[in-house]
Amino acid sequence: MSEYQALGGRIFTKPFMVLSVIFAISLYFMFDRFVIGGMGAVSNLNGGFAWGIWVVYDVVIGTAFACGGYALAIAVYVFNKGQYHPLVRPAILASLLGYALGGFGAFFDMGRFWQFYEIFLPWNWNFNSVMLEVGLCVAIYILVLAMEFSPALLEKLGKKKLLKSLNKVLFLFIALGILLPSMHQSSLGSLLIAMGHKVNPLWQVMQMQPLLALMTAILMGFSIVLFEASTVTVGFKRNSETHILSGLGKIIVGLLIAFLVVRFGVLTFQGKLGLIFAGDFASFMFILETILFVIPLVILLSPERRAQGSKLLIAGVCMLLAGSLYRFDAFLLTFNPGPGYNYFPSVPEIMITLGVVAFELMAYIVIVKLLPVMHREEHA
Amino acid sequence: MKRRDFLKTSLGGTVTAAAALGGTVCSGTAQARPNLEPAPEAVGMLFDSTLCVGCKACVTKCKQVNEMPPVIEGDHIAWDSARDLSGDTLNVIKVYQNGDRSTKDVEIDGFCFEKRSCMHCVDPGCVSVCPTTSMQRNPITGIVTHHPDTCIGCRNCMVGCPYNVPQFQYNEVFGQINKCQMCNQKGVERIDNGQMTGCAEVCPTGATLFGPRKLLLQEAKQRMALKKGDTYNYPRGDISKPDNYYEKEVPDYKQHIWGEKEAGGTNVMHISAVSFDKLGMPPLGERSAPSVVEGVQHALYSYLALPAMALAGLTYTVKKNTSDHDDDDGGES
Repeated sequence: MSEYQALGGRIFTKPFMVLSVIFAISLYFMFDRFVIGGMGAVSNLNGGFAWGIWVVYDVVIGTAFACGGYALAIAVYVFNKGQYHPLVRPAILASLLGYALGGFGAFFDMGRFWQFYEIFLPWNWNFNSVMLEVGLCVAIYILVLAMEFSPALLEKLGKKKLLKSLNKVLFLFIALGILLPSMHQSSLGSLLIAMGHKVNPLWQVMQMQPLLALMTAILMGFSIVLFEASTVTVGFKRNSETHILSGLGKIIVGLLIAFLVVRFGVLTFQGKLGLIFAGDFASFMFILETILFVIPLVILLSPERRAQGSKLLIAGVCMLLAGSLYRFDAFLLTFNPGPGYNYFPSVPEIMITLGVVAFELMAYIVIVKLLPVMHREEHA
Repeated sequence: MKRRDFLKTSLGGTVTAAAALGGTVCSGTAQARPNLEPAPEAVGMLFDSTLCVGCKACVTKCKQVNEMPPVIEGDHIAWDSARDLSGDTLNVIKVYQNGDRSTKDVEIDGFCFEKRSCMHCVDPGCVSVCPTTSMQRNPITGIVTHHPDTCIGCRNCMVGCPYNVPQFQYNEVFGQINKCQMCNQKGVERIDNGQMTGCAEVCPTGATLFGPRKLLLQEAKQRMALKKGDTYNYPRGDISKPDNYYEKEVPDYKQHIWGEKEAGGTNVMHISAVSFDKLGMPPLGERSAPSVVEGVQHALYSYLALPAMALAGLTYTVKKNTSDHDDDDGGES
């Protein structure tokens, strides 16, 4: 018998219906964007702010939210921490959905979506381009995630032979599933380098961009696992997984300290510490962001607090907000393309993003009910 | 392994990985390429703000050459009302105004005009960031061209351009990126045919002067050296074969040739009597952003050597650890 189980239960619950309404509204605006008016009709994107929430939230932040599978794979398969194994499959599912919809987000942000395949043609490749690395690497990683998740489907379908042969080569996909996010998550930081002066000095750390982006991705990966596991425990009324999660809390502490050391070390080295207290919008955002990074550190440092599910949840949420804000600040909030340009997302633009998130949640709910994703409860 | 040990291992692992990545990137950047040099026969333009009278003949001519519609604002159908570059406007004249706007070419209580169009960077950001090689720098003339047939519309060129020059046609379902291609795109080819750019051709005062970058830079330096109040013989059209000259009093030039060195320099250079930060030019150093980011990319991804090594190590570790798990619980995810 599989160590995983489908949760079962009704599909069309109240939350599911609410989510489907949000998704339906977004379909209307997507139709407008692809068929009637183009991007200008539904978004506030302009000549200075060519990247709005579709890129910055759906892709840059959305894929960081989808780093749970990546972070856990590092813990379980590189550091050989088998006790986190029960969390892996749900995390892989969340990663698959997060990345697939990040890919979809990239598609409807693509100005010339009908020739998206041009980026896959080797004779077009520009090896100087960070975007090329991001595009190809994310595309391959989505396929890798699908392979990593396929055992759940094969178990459900009862394809034992196929499952057995897949398990023999799965280690290759797991290895790729650790390498590829390390590559494109750091590249998401490198995208900022070419934007030069448009990125606020507190976030424009040039050569150090890939390292900071990678560290926040792993941090957010572990935090989303914390968040998802605690939410699922509450939402689906399953036994608490707190004993496993507190160990994750410890890992986050180590990573957070390393991140803050690098972040402030770089700013010190580049002589930018004074800007933190400049009293302008950027300094305010920087301080807010830093507070959000420090709160989970304070919470998770204490073993007593680490043992409490609610505290773990708060720490996870703060960490996710901090990581998101770090990326929002750099790419959008303090981004300054020059005089004459402003950006705030339009309602249709926000609705499309919300619709994508709603679809992601709906898919997650349906799949954990139908496929063996969740670990079988020990005390059931 | 106890959790405490695990914390140590994971922290240690993180620091090692961070140091490795940081070290690679820094050493890579140390060997990073310098800024690109101007193309051997670079052509460009010199815009002298003090000569521009704001007639916008260049805006109209640009639209004719590129077959783009004028921007109409309200009832003003007599002229193009474009206020900034857009998917349908590749060249625009902007005005600087201060106080009572009584005197031309002074910063306080004055006004002046400034041209916005592609600067044709010597080390162009748009070319460096484009994943599909849809932005290209001509190796001989240095002209930066756009090729929509391979463009996916990711708009990295827009955010990667220090001057916000490439513009997307947001209001069309099947839009494209547009930018000034120095009137040398396929089907126009004015430069290849020995003509000059449309905007320089129609400029009545020679504010927009066409020609080889070397000669234009020489001319700009010569103007910097002039004494305010003297008269100077200003050329018009193409500096290598001017249509005519006219005498004019020398203004109070700022000692700054924009585009001589900024971020590696540009083929379209500007000079002015009002400082460039007031004219909306970006705060650029001499190092080009592409030279930095390409250093990082190549340090990490040259021949995919580092990723290949990492993959080998990961495959070995994962294989080892998954076999351990198989012994433990007889199943693998």
